Amino acid sequence: MSTYFVIAEHLQGVLTETTFEALGAARNLADATGGQVVGVVLGHEVSELAAQMAAADKVLVVDHPSLAHYSPEGYVKALEPLLQEHRPRLAIFQNTAIGMDLAPYLAARLDWPLVAYCNALRAENGAIVTTSQIYGGKVMAECRLDDGPAMVTVLAGAFPADDGRAGNSPSVEQVTPSTLNGLHTRFLQLNEPETGDVDITKADVIVAVGRGIQSEDNIEVAEELAQALGGVVAASRPVVDAGWLPRTRQVGKSGQKVKPKLYLALGISGAPEHVEGMKDAELIIAVNTDPNAPIFDVAHYGVVADLFDIVDALLETLEK
Amino acid sequence: MDIVVALKQVPDLVEELEINDEGTGLDPDVLSFVLNEFDDHALEEALLLKEETGATVTVIGVDTTGELDQALYTALAKGADRAIKIVGDFEEGERLPIPVMARLLAGALQQMTYDLVFTGVQAADDLDGQVAPMLAALLNVPHVGVVTSVARVNGVVKVQKEFWGGITADLEVDLPAVLGIQAARQAPRYAPVSRVRQAMKEATIEEIEVEDLPEAPVAPLRRMFIPEVSGRAEILEGDEATIAEKIVDILRERGLIT
Ligand SMILES: Cc1cc2nc3c(=O)[nH]c(=O)nc-3n(C[C@H](O)[C@H](O)[C@H](O)COP(=O)(O)OP(=O)(O)OC[C@H]3O[C@@H](n4cnc5c(N)ncnc54)[C@H](O)[C@@H]3O)c2cc1C
Ligand SMILES: Nc1ncnc2c1ncn2[C@@H]1O[C@H](COP(=O)(O)O)[C@@H](O)[C@H]1O
Repeated sequence: MSTYFVIAEHLQGVLTETTFEALGAARNLADATGGQVVGVVLGHEVSELAAQMAAADKVLVVDHPSLAHYSPEGYVKALEPLLQEHRPRLAIFQNTAIGMDLAPYLAARLDWPLVAYCNALRAENGAIVTTSQIYGGKVMAECRLDDGPAMVTVLAGAFPADDGRAGNSPSVEQVTPSTLNGLHTRFLQLNEPETGDVDITKADVIVAVGRGIQSEDNIEVAEELAQALGGVVAASRPVVDAGWLPRTRQVGKSGQKVKPKLYLALGISGAPEHVEGMKDAELIIAVNTDPNAPIFDVAHYGVVADLFDIVDALLETLEK
Repeated sequence: MDIVVALKQVPDLVEELEINDEGTGLDPDVLSFVLNEFDDHALEEALLLKEETGATVTVIGVDTTGELDQALYTALAKGADRAIKIVGDFEEGERLPIPVMARLLAGALQQMTYDLVFTGVQAADDLDGQVAPMLAALLNVPHVGVVTSVARVNGVVKVQKEFWGGITADLEVDLPAVLGIQAARQAPRYAPVSRVRQAMKEATIEEIEVEDLPEAPVAPLRRMFIPEVSGRAEILEGDEATIAEKIVDILRERGLIT
């Protein structure tokens, strides 16, 4: 029987949404192939989390004080023997700040193939066909994993979390971790997000700027437009990394998840890491000079033009 | 302290991408390459550490494009001390799988002394994971990815790792270690053209020649394709004033403005 492993992720005692998505993906594969889903939770005193992995048939809990806080080294040291022993058909990791640490490391240690950035998985005549979103979302790649063991990382928002939440209570099994002594990585502290002038997650209207805004000075025109629309300015990562706007304004994978009534994306390409944070906005209008920009795949309305021309015209029209 | 920074060129995603006839990769004839943006941050963080601690900075890359020199000279112009490129019979622009790339880099690093290896957190072009964790596994040293600052404290490094929603963690890591850098503490510096030219004249790029590609488990690619245009936005046409009016009408209809 094929076994699908799902490596759970949690911070501050809460399983992430992507964990349930990965569980949903595994459940659907298992149902299609007559396989079973095995969840893996690593941590210290985390049995409660194991019970929440409803769609799993079984959950393995690796409990150790050294795993009380996430460290890439602790996790891979605990996972390697477990994967080695069970050799699952497919081990599903998440394409997150945690899964991205773990999957490639373990793939290299175990000599298993890894397919990253998956947004679709399906069973086909005994094989598992994966679809990945690469080149910033501009290209898709299809792979065929004929047999296991193999690994994937799945993109946030691509699989049904509800399917991961549905099910009977799985059986929970405690696993004694192999030696976790003498780790070279030590957890010091967790830092809460900075709080800033505005909370972009509470705004109804967001004017978001990307690298297309070109310079710090140009943020002003976005501010002007945001004011005219009664909204706030947010940004993609490069704008924040450049120091043009504070970190609190960042939308996406490592920033905030927003769901405003209007998301106006100016000069944002629509990389998967950005889209993850805004695709659920009620209305998305994107302005980009590149007609092939992936942002047009999530936007409801698109404008292929220079953002500065459109912002000026919008300000004029709104004044009337 | 010796820091090695791995540099990779990636297709410029602002350009139109085309798939080759075999459906196995991008058409190299229509590609222009740029340094992976996160590598620029990795280099910046290394240069900051050089300024703070007197570390040496070596840049290294597997030259799959035939154009890596540009990136290496630019790094030297910014302050890197040494540049190495791994060359071999790789077809220009061909997508070398990441597990192969990691083994090539690991092979080179095993011949060098290093305390820290920095890579960019990821490159948007790959299918089979990230180099940094694989490299760490092959070198048998610890790894932390999605790093946004590195400080040297009492013989170890203190790094900040990003999770999501603005949550970060501080971790302490013994050396040697491999770190995947997401962002440097400051925006990457700029190298004046004159300095790059000077580096091209005065500096040498060391070469490591590879005879055979290492064996590695590789995700079996079936095909690559440009995503279909389903669910695509309705494109608003016209001159700027017309488009602005259309947008304002949409917002009014939805009661977003009065
Ligand atoms: C682990 C990880 C986490 C990440 N987290 C995030 C995150 O939280 N948020 C995030 O945004 N990114 C995140 N990223 C980065 C992400 O991969 C992309 O690099 C980023 O989203 C690109 O930002 P951008 O669209 O502004 O820039 P680019 O991709 O450079 O796009 C700029 C766009 O502007 C257009 N343009 C240029 N000039 C104009 C003009 N005058 N008028 C109109 N359009 C113009 C161009 O055509 C282009 O499409 C993360 C990456 C990693 C690896
Ligand atoms: N061919 C290469 N040469 C040098 N460094 C590389 C190469 N491929 C990947 N890297 C490094 O690994 C990082 C992550 O890329 P990737 O693993 O391809 O997502 C890059 O940003 C580089 O720092």
